[in-house]
Amino acid sequence: MADMALDHSETSVRKGTLRRFAATDNAFRGMTWASAVLVLLILGGVIFSLIQGSLPALNALGLGFFLTQSWNPVTENFGALAPIYGTVVTSLIAMVIAIPVGIGIAIFLTELCPRPLRRPIAIAIELLAGIPSIIYGIWGLFVFAPFLQEHVQPALIAAFGDIPGLSSIFAGPPYGIGVLTAGLILAIMVLPFISSITRDVFDTVPPMLKESAYGLGCTTWEVIKQVVLPFTRVGVIGGIMLALGRALGETMAVTFVIGNAHRISTSILAPGTTISATIANEFTEADGAVYTSSLLLLGLILFVITFIVLAAARYMLMRIEKRLG
Amino acid sequence: MALSLGAAIFGILWLVLILVGLLYKGISGLSLEVFTEMTPPPGSAGGLLNAIVGGLLMQVIGVLVGTPVGMLAGTYLAEYGRHTRLATIVRFINDILLSAPSIVVGLFIYELMVVPMGHFSGIAGAMALAVIVVPVVVRTTENMLLLVPNQLREAASALGAPRWFVISKVAYRAAKAGIITGILLAIARIAGETAPLLFTALGNQFWSVDLNAPMASLPQVIFQFALSPYEDWQRLAWTGALIITFAVLALSIIARTLANTRTDR
Repeated sequence: MADMALDHSETSVRKGTLRRFAATDNAFRGMTWASAVLVLLILGGVIFSLIQGSLPALNALGLGFFLTQSWNPVTENFGALAPIYGTVVTSLIAMVIAIPVGIGIAIFLTELCPRPLRRPIAIAIELLAGIPSIIYGIWGLFVFAPFLQEHVQPALIAAFGDIPGLSSIFAGPPYGIGVLTAGLILAIMVLPFISSITRDVFDTVPPMLKESAYGLGCTTWEVIKQVVLPFTRVGVIGGIMLALGRALGETMAVTFVIGNAHRISTSILAPGTTISATIANEFTEADGAVYTSSLLLLGLILFVITFIVLAAARYMLMRIEKRLG
Repeated sequence: MALSLGAAIFGILWLVLILVGLLYKGISGLSLEVFTEMTPPPGSAGGLLNAIVGGLLMQVIGVLVGTPVGMLAGTYLAEYGRHTRLATIVRFINDILLSAPSIVVGLFIYELMVVPMGHFSGIAGAMALAVIVVPVVVRTTENMLLLVPNQLREAASALGAPRWFVISKVAYRAAKAGIITGILLAIARIAGETAPLLFTALGNQFWSVDLNAPMASLPQVIFQFALSPYEDWQRLAWTGALIITFAVLALSIIARTLANTRTDR
């Protein structure tokens, strides 16, 4: 009789423990779920707050905002064309330089580099990505831009000055700072992204494919061109788009060296501005609702552009990852 | 083929050039005063103390707020959600946030906190940094938890441990080095973050640890001083840049070594 009573209390204790476990379990699960949803809310909040903040500018300026390049805080007349143009051109310059160099580094690291050197070199390149962008900015303004001004830009002007077409691209006095300098700094900044993603993607090529190509008597160059690059095309493009997203949104480094002139110039030596540089420079000084709101609208444009680019990049990289399993 | 060797040299060259430039310009200004005195008005001597302290304070709060959220969300992705539709969407959005321009994060916090509060503040700066911390931690936590062998979880469950216990005592412990690496990388990322601080914390010439008031930070002071026409301000900016860069590089190298010892084992 006494034994039975004991049994009974023991089961009820166990039930209680189990219930407590279940409650803690649910609470923990709920917390992780809420955090995951919070990530979605952050993105939603970003989009919502930018749209809400830019409504006054949209109402006051209308579609003209996207079509004019005048930027006059006194008359409250704002146009986004110059910053958008600057953003696109600096990113283009960065990509033209960084894509071949980045892919070159990846090829070097996967196919050519002696094994003991691979890790140190890869780390050195990736440390470039870790350097804060403001450091690129201050270095670009005080070290790199004067160097360009004294040695590179005069040579460019002299070399292309007489060629029609090119003469207008490399025109004007060598300021040092300007669109070209910003593009070059961006190229250095995005280089590690392209090279490390390309390297990862190259590693997904089955060794069998490469070996059979070598077996047929291909040279290293032919293997890369005929086997590795076609096999990894989607992933490489994904990596490039990811780097492009970075270049489009990069702020501090560009703010230092772009020159902050709200105009569109055919010369890439001339000062210009980008969306992010305009916001960084003018936001705290902006007085008046339309001025602030115009800058928020610029932010919204930047976010929409980078969102599309980054989403495309992620989609392509996901396809490559799926193949890995 | 020589071209790709050239490309690699070209890449490393920039790292060397930047570091040499920093050392050359920054080392002369490095002195004890930098760490003991406030940021000066132009023309007089001074240091970076308020900026260093203010920046660290915001970073600590940013990490303290961002890390738990990031870890829990990462846990959901790796342990509970794995193949659900929600997890797929969160993973995708998180990757986008990971590379979203940080200036946009600054604008978001400006609209969310600065406008309603009516003034710039240290806490707004800290929240902006927290938003940047979250996606980094989510990503690494998920990846590290996925590396934990399932047998470990099954063994713990078979002993009668409830799910939360398995995750917090077994999975977290196994993934510890990796998660810490992620947190270190997140710290390295926000240590030099400038754009979102410009219009959330704004900056402050004077000593202030009041979270409800504008607050100085090292990156913001570098930005302000470097673009100023005063030579002693520019010198201080270089010194600040030197401090940040070596702090960040040290952090990323520590993080990498940690990650390595884990995979080597």
